[in-house]
Amino acid sequence: AISVMGERFNVHTQLEHLQAKYVGTGHADTNKWEWLTNQHRDTCASVQGHPDLLNMIAIAENESRARVRFNLMEKMLQPCGPPPEKTEV
Amino acid sequence: GDVFKLTLETDEDLVTEIRLKYFDTVPVAASMCVLRTGFLFVASEFGNHYLYQIAHLGDDDEPTFSSAIPLDQGDTFYFAPRPLRNLVMVDELDSLCPVMDCQVADLAREDSAQLFTLCGRGPRSSLRVLRHGLEISEMAVSDLPGSPNAVWTVKRFSDEEFDSYIVVSFVNATLVLSIGETVEEVTDSGFLGTTPTLQCGQLGADALVQVYPDGIRHIRADKRINEWRAPGKRIIARCAVNQRQVAIALAGGELVYFEMDAAGQLNEYTERKDMSADVVCMALGRVPPGEQRCRFLAVGLSDNTVRIVSLDPADCLAPLSLQALPAPPDGGGDVGWSAGTHYLNIGLQNGVLLRALIDPVTGDLSDTRTRYLGSRPVKLFRVFVQGSEAVLAISSRSWLYYTYQSRFHLTPLSYGSLEFASGFSSEQCLEGIVAISASTLRILSLEKLGTVFNQVTFPLQYTPRRLLLHESGQAVLIETEHNAFTEDSKQQKKRQIAQEMLEQAGADGDRSGDAQLVREMAAAFLSENLPEPVFGAPKPGAGMWASVIRVMRPLTGQTAQIIRLQQNEAALSICLCRFACNPMESYLLVGIVKDMTLAPRSVGGAVLRTYRVVGALERLDFLHETAVEDAPQAMCPFQGRVLVSVGRVLRIYDLGKQKMLRKCETKALPNYIVSVAAFGDRVVAADVQESVFWMRYRASDNQLLVFADDSLPRWVTCLAMLDQFSVAVGDKFGNISVLRLPPDAVEDDADDVGDLGSARGSLFDRGGLLGSSSQKCVAECTFHVGEALSSLRKTSLVPGENDCLLYTTISGSVGIALPLASKEEHDLFQHLELHLRSQHLSLLGRDHLQFRSMYFPNRRVIDGDLCEMFNNLEPARQKEIAQELDRTPSELSKKLEDIRTRFAF
Repeated sequence: AISVMGERFNVHTQLEHLQAKYVGTGHADTNKWEWLTNQHRDTCASVQGHPDLLNMIAIAENESRARVRFNLMEKMLQPCGPPPEKTEV
Repeated sequence: GDVFKLTLETDEDLVTEIRLKYFDTVPVAASMCVLRTGFLFVASEFGNHYLYQIAHLGDDDEPTFSSAIPLDQGDTFYFAPRPLRNLVMVDELDSLCPVMDCQVADLAREDSAQLFTLCGRGPRSSLRVLRHGLEISEMAVSDLPGSPNAVWTVKRFSDEEFDSYIVVSFVNATLVLSIGETVEEVTDSGFLGTTPTLQCGQLGADALVQVYPDGIRHIRADKRINEWRAPGKRIIARCAVNQRQVAIALAGGELVYFEMDAAGQLNEYTERKDMSADVVCMALGRVPPGEQRCRFLAVGLSDNTVRIVSLDPADCLAPLSLQALPAPPDGGGDVGWSAGTHYLNIGLQNGVLLRALIDPVTGDLSDTRTRYLGSRPVKLFRVFVQGSEAVLAISSRSWLYYTYQSRFHLTPLSYGSLEFASGFSSEQCLEGIVAISASTLRILSLEKLGTVFNQVTFPLQYTPRRLLLHESGQAVLIETEHNAFTEDSKQQKKRQIAQEMLEQAGADGDRSGDAQLVREMAAAFLSENLPEPVFGAPKPGAGMWASVIRVMRPLTGQTAQIIRLQQNEAALSICLCRFACNPMESYLLVGIVKDMTLAPRSVGGAVLRTYRVVGALERLDFLHETAVEDAPQAMCPFQGRVLVSVGRVLRIYDLGKQKMLRKCETKALPNYIVSVAAFGDRVVAADVQESVFWMRYRASDNQLLVFADDSLPRWVTCLAMLDQFSVAVGDKFGNISVLRLPPDAVEDDADDVGDLGSARGSLFDRGGLLGSSSQKCVAECTFHVGEALSSLRKTSLVPGENDCLLYTTISGSVGIALPLASKEEHDLFQHLELHLRSQHLSLLGRDHLQFRSMYFPNRRVIDGDLCEMFNNLEPARQKEIAQELDRTPSELSKKLEDIRTRFAF
């Protein structure tokens, strides 16, 4: 919906606003890398936030919970590798 | 778990240097807390928590590393771990976290089930046997001559801190023992030693009283004795004594009452009361502080009633109220009064403890509650717990009814049978129990009040995964650890490092003095053995596994056999089964993977190892090994053969001479099978993320056919079949669901047998495309527990028929889900839950319904813990809620207590 304020608020800025407010919001041109990166980051954050999910990974890997949290945090930087090169259209 | 002391050197507000020093090693902690009184509490990540006293501040000659010292790239400082030097362990707090598996059985034949839980991670793992009951520590045991039948403790003065005498009564004598450094016989206490004693105690400020069959003996402080003889040939049958009053019942049912006056004289009340039946037991409460007397005397009669008799001077010995009892009361014990002076406890001959409320003004009895304690008549004794009165009830098991942290607890004692008991207090044992058990006098002390279970712990080496119990009392379990060395590899690696040390020294130079030093260091390194439960195990790196199969007796902790697997072999599952082709023998199947990587999951090789069970699981003999393609995560005996999951494929195997023989296979499940259960012809298999699949085994053409599955994804961790239509499923996000087949579910469509040759729905099953059945099971009950579930067992905790669903979680909780018997019960609890939800009791501000419906909407499961919080509300709110439900608050409390004790404790 276009805001009453007029031409200033077009769809693009609204979408940016939404993306800032709700991290991971996609749009028609979202590519696979962006989509998967958001999913991986959400999962890593969820595992760190839920104590039992973290416990399960800590027990399975035989690492301390703090180490697992650290590893997950590092993985969140670029979980799917660097972004694909933008092909000039 | 290494703790370091960091000192920061500051120059005004700027830190100029950091100095680091090794302090001590504690278990890996989730959190630490230093108390101002000089204690350190370590909340362990997994396993027991510890409280340490900080004995030294680390000001020793341990090497200090400073930020000012330059360090090369890739170089680091080294320190040597050592046993505790600065900390002293003061206390240990038990924790079950994480519970990996749990089995429930009554292996010890104790009349109520024990829980066998596999807990812990790494070298601090353990097998714990949980029993419902208080832990007792035996402080002293001494033999007594003859057969004693009663024991009391007596103080000489009312303001004495500790008890002075232990009085033991025999069939025809009384023995008085003094309590001090040693227990010695006392002959000048004033008690008559030639007669059995019915009761003795301390009267007034400094006098003693002894009631025996022929009379009453009042011993004054200056050793003057006043005796009262029973009239004629009658003997005293029962009596009750408190600090100022003595009430006796003569044989034949006549009550005589004595009261102490201001001068310390014991005066008999002029009238005697004739009760209509024989007096079986009597009880007097304590004299309330500031008053002259206890106003009520409770008398239990042989006509199955208990009567309250007034002791008020205005209407002395007049009956006040009456309560009929379901069975005759027992006269073997001592006292019936309990904490708060408003409760009357009566032990009945049918093994029931009856509790009633006494109105302090009128003496009316109301709000009776009963509890079945055991098969023998219940005898009651007064003891002290935490400074207030408690009741010890002895039946086939001993129970303690006490108040702790303002809640009532009725807990059995984990101890052998007792015959008579009394409270005991001495310098060494402030609040104990002195008891008679089979001609021995025992002094016991109560530990860990307020806990529900007492734990017996047996250490294990690696993280335990699965446990199986055998009726003989033996158990077999598998322990598997990622990133761990096997014993052999560890020794090998050590020798390798020692060799390298020597070679290094040899390469550097050949000064003979140094070579000797290096040899000594290498020898010291080889012999050094830092205990792994304290310092942790050495870590070889990802992809390295260590695993053992252990046969042990869980009640004693004795290991009968350990089978150690090779480095990088990991045992995943075990199954005890009998095969139709050889029904006399029992076999243990172990599913083992080699070189497994966790993420992404891949397996280098997998085998099924078969062992023959020798005797009553005394030993396992290796039979043969069968190679399979993928990880055998789940196994289950099925109709004389065994169901084994191999990755995502489910197979039926039979026993062969050289290896297991593959008989049947289905590729119906999409990802990876985690659990499988069978009931008759039906098989339920759980996928790692696609919930459960119902299959039927059609023997005629040897096929496993999926006929129903679930409509929602569930990450199943554990499975329990409730009956042939329903399965309870626990998942890794912390939900319990009960899934049930729709009533019109058809296993097999007769028309559909053709070239497809498969049941309805398998039309979609071509090569796993869609993989979905047209019949869906319904989630009848869903509930979010909040913690990932590790096991679900349909079992019964109390002797009897009442089955409940027991679950354990990774965070160390043990809980039960109990089925409600009737619509009325369900309505009551549902409304109670609604009211309690609106009270917003959550400390964190969570909405209860929202929390319990975190992943799936909360359906048909009522939160019992929330309902029990009704007991903690203010009385005004309790009344409000109770009124809305047309009951009184005590009725609701009683209902909550009843439903809990019907299934558990």
